[in-house]
Amino acid sequence: MSTRRIALLVFTAIVLVLPAVLSAYGLTLMNFIGLAAIVVVGLVLLTGIGGLTSFGQASFVGVGAYTTAWLTTAAGLSPVLALPVALFAGAFFALVIGAVTLRLSGHYLPLSTIAWSLSLYFLVGNVAALGGHDGIPAVPPISLFGWEPSGPAYTWLIVAAVALSLLTVANVLASRDGRAVRCLRGRRVMLEAFGVDTARLRLVIFVHAAVLAALTGWLYAHLIQFVNATPFGLNASIEYLFMTVIGGSAHLFGAVIGAGLMTLLRDGLQRLAPELVGSGGATEIVMLGLVMVVLLQTAPRGVMPWLLRLLPPRGRPWMDLDRARAIAPFSSRPKPERGTELLTVAGVTKRFGGLIAVNDVSFDLKAGEILGLIGPNGAGKSTLFNLLTGISPATAGTISFAGERIERMASRKIARLGVARSFQHVLLRSDMSALENVAVGAHLRSTRGYLSALLRLDRREEERLLAEAMRQLDRVGLAHLAHEPAGSLALGQQRILEIARALAADPALLLLDEPAAGLRYREKQELAALLSKLGEEGVAVLVVEHDMNFVMNLVDRLVVISFGQKISEGAPTHVQNDVAVQEAYLGVAA
Amino acid sequence: MSYLIGALLAQDGLTNGAIYALIALALVMVFSVTRIIFIPQGEIVTYSSLSLASLQQGTAPGSIWLIVALGLLAAGLEGFGYLRGDRSTSRLRAMAAYGLVPLAVAALTFATAGAGFGFLWNIVLVLLIVVPMGPLIYRVAFRPLGDATVLHSLIVAMAVHFVLLGCGLLAFGPEGVRTPPLIAGRFPVFGVPVSAQAMVVVAVAIVAIIAMALYFGRTLSGKALRATAFNRVGARLVGIRTEQAARLVFLLAGFAGALCGILVAPITTVYYDTGFLIGLKGFIAAIFAGLASYPLAALGAVLLGLFESYSSFFASLYKDAIVFALIIPILLWRSLRSTHVEEDEE
Repeated sequence: MSTRRIALLVFTAIVLVLPAVLSAYGLTLMNFIGLAAIVVVGLVLLTGIGGLTSFGQASFVGVGAYTTAWLTTAAGLSPVLALPVALFAGAFFALVIGAVTLRLSGHYLPLSTIAWSLSLYFLVGNVAALGGHDGIPAVPPISLFGWEPSGPAYTWLIVAAVALSLLTVANVLASRDGRAVRCLRGRRVMLEAFGVDTARLRLVIFVHAAVLAALTGWLYAHLIQFVNATPFGLNASIEYLFMTVIGGSAHLFGAVIGAGLMTLLRDGLQRLAPELVGSGGATEIVMLGLVMVVLLQTAPRGVMPWLLRLLPPRGRPWMDLDRARAIAPFSSRPKPERGTELLTVAGVTKRFGGLIAVNDVSFDLKAGEILGLIGPNGAGKSTLFNLLTGISPATAGTISFAGERIERMASRKIARLGVARSFQHVLLRSDMSALENVAVGAHLRSTRGYLSALLRLDRREEERLLAEAMRQLDRVGLAHLAHEPAGSLALGQQRILEIARALAADPALLLLDEPAAGLRYREKQELAALLSKLGEEGVAVLVVEHDMNFVMNLVDRLVVISFGQKISEGAPTHVQNDVAVQEAYLGVAA
Repeated sequence: MSYLIGALLAQDGLTNGAIYALIALALVMVFSVTRIIFIPQGEIVTYSSLSLASLQQGTAPGSIWLIVALGLLAAGLEGFGYLRGDRSTSRLRAMAAYGLVPLAVAALTFATAGAGFGFLWNIVLVLLIVVPMGPLIYRVAFRPLGDATVLHSLIVAMAVHFVLLGCGLLAFGPEGVRTPPLIAGRFPVFGVPVSAQAMVVVAVAIVAIIAMALYFGRTLSGKALRATAFNRVGARLVGIRTEQAARLVFLLAGFAGALCGILVAPITTVYYDTGFLIGLKGFIAAIFAGLASYPLAALGAVLLGLFESYSSFFASLYKDAIVFALIIPILLWRSLRSTHVEEDEE
């Protein structure tokens, strides 16, 4: 058994024994730690890993609490029956709010969460049916067939809820969608290029976090047996976010640590501070704020990384070559016959304001053909790549791929048609293993969704995905580095890793943006051999490259562009002798 | 709704809108130059109003202790940097400035607070106390973060908001205050009595906005700030000191906040937490402008003020709920305008 597992078991044992021995005051503290931890688990998923900052989680706690409070008092429903309704209410609110606000990028999102949560807060305080500012009193306790959990039993109930929340998020993170969630931050363009609907994914994790918050609301309402708007205001939301940061926002277990530290810290201050200054509330928030500022200045990654240093590193998702070979591969895409027309670019133009980056370029590409796209720096090669993969729409002209018009199609839809690419500036997730990075490329080959990952029904598919990733790593010669973090690989290897990821998508058309940059001579030869073999298999390859030796020996045909315009096209020897090409590269005809 | 009521509501809305506009401009400015979402802007407004109210009663305001403490902290940070090996004279100069200016302001305030030099002198004192808070907060809370992400500095901004809110409660107590108007009286405009105070607010806001436009459009240091806002690395490469630029925008933000506090104190009762809500409304206006355009921010602020004023008439209970919910259609409109996938920072 690994040291990590032992540490977790010891921690669990302590947590399970504690309620039996704690005083009533201790139980209350523990309850509040647990209640907060559930919300913070959601925030770790949403903010720490998914990169979406929410200053509104307390509102979802409020939605859960008010829903159950109203149902169990005014409507007389049993608390157990009110639970699914409360969770559904949390999900519904998140869905509506998320649909509007999650399309926003970066800093708009946190600001909008502040605004709508304040709006809900002011609204609830004025709705008479919800008791206005006085709230809803006499919420009944939870009762299961006559058994009413109270004291230590309620604490155990909360502990179980915390464990369940941790499990749902951990399950998701170890899945196909989870890998995509981990790439959401700063890698959305890459995700879309491999067919991930990032807007939908953001919405899903937003709803997940909100359901967890609503669960806390339900537990809270029946614990305190009274609900009003105050504990669901902006300050509470900010405290949840602080807890996330204190614990270490990128670590799931940091949620528990952060909630614990913050709750104990506040409790300590409440007991100390009044004696120090004599004005409880004010001193408390001043101290809290000061601690946060100092913490963020000195240890912005929170407590968890520091704790984790005491433990050996975690085993990454396991897969080895022998096992991978034994697992049945996904059926591969029927490849068009060699020589059939696959990609047709006709008169494509891209303008950025007054600048014409690509001007009336036309060429075509057949299945099984390797086409080189060359040109001096700034010629518009990468822009053309972005047009072909839907990262930006063309201003004019048409692009068809396998009979479909794609010049204005979204990136992720083009990926579905069988187009995969590598990026000039490598877009890997450096803290994920090489294997996991490649598995992102295979995203579209499985259809297992978020829910089945959450319930762990995706294990067999997940294994096939990892096996596919392993096989592709082997194909490019990086299998021995499968479990290393991608960031620890040399730049040349990272480029190869990008190719493996593209191959994992089983493309009919492979677009490679400067794949040989940073490679050594041997590696270039191996890459050329691999690409030739792909060509024989019927994959069309379009490659942008500056290394002329590499290109001339590899490609069947070349297209040369300069200042956005096609200046030459043909076999390598023809292009080499073209006067226009020599002028573009050397300034004068040689 | 009669013409008179409608006109009075419009007057209220325009007055508040002018104040939100000042806040929104400061927020846009701070964000575009430093990438910091300056949540504590609202507290600066509160401190200004409450300091003015204490000075009007002839007592030295509690906020003095805060700037002395901030000043000593900032001086300490500079001294620490000096001892750690950066033995430049600019460090020592900064240390002296951070330490001595707040002390001098405190001495001046204590010497003259009870002397009854009149309203104008009190306003000068308030500006002296509150304006330095901007750069001091920047030096103590944000500078040590270095080139942090927007999110990271946003959470720090929230923490600073907590600290200042608590300090405000400690320094001024929970009571609300209202100061006498800067100019008393009403003048009829198109048959509607318009308070002189409202005219002063709108006039000051317009002058401040024009001054800002001239500064950014016509002066070298203003253009340097715009260059910094456009591209920080580029600005650094052509010799603009982005650090100094950050200090300067925080100084301007401090000034805008102080001005708002002085203007708003006679219009509404200001409590220790009033500024935060004013600041947030400024934010909504700033978001309307995409945190980027000054004229749009000003327009958004005026619309918001009008909207708030009319919704307080038709549904006074839900006024704040409605105003903050306004963000949703604004965001929807903004998000429909940009359809491509935007890459967030890591």
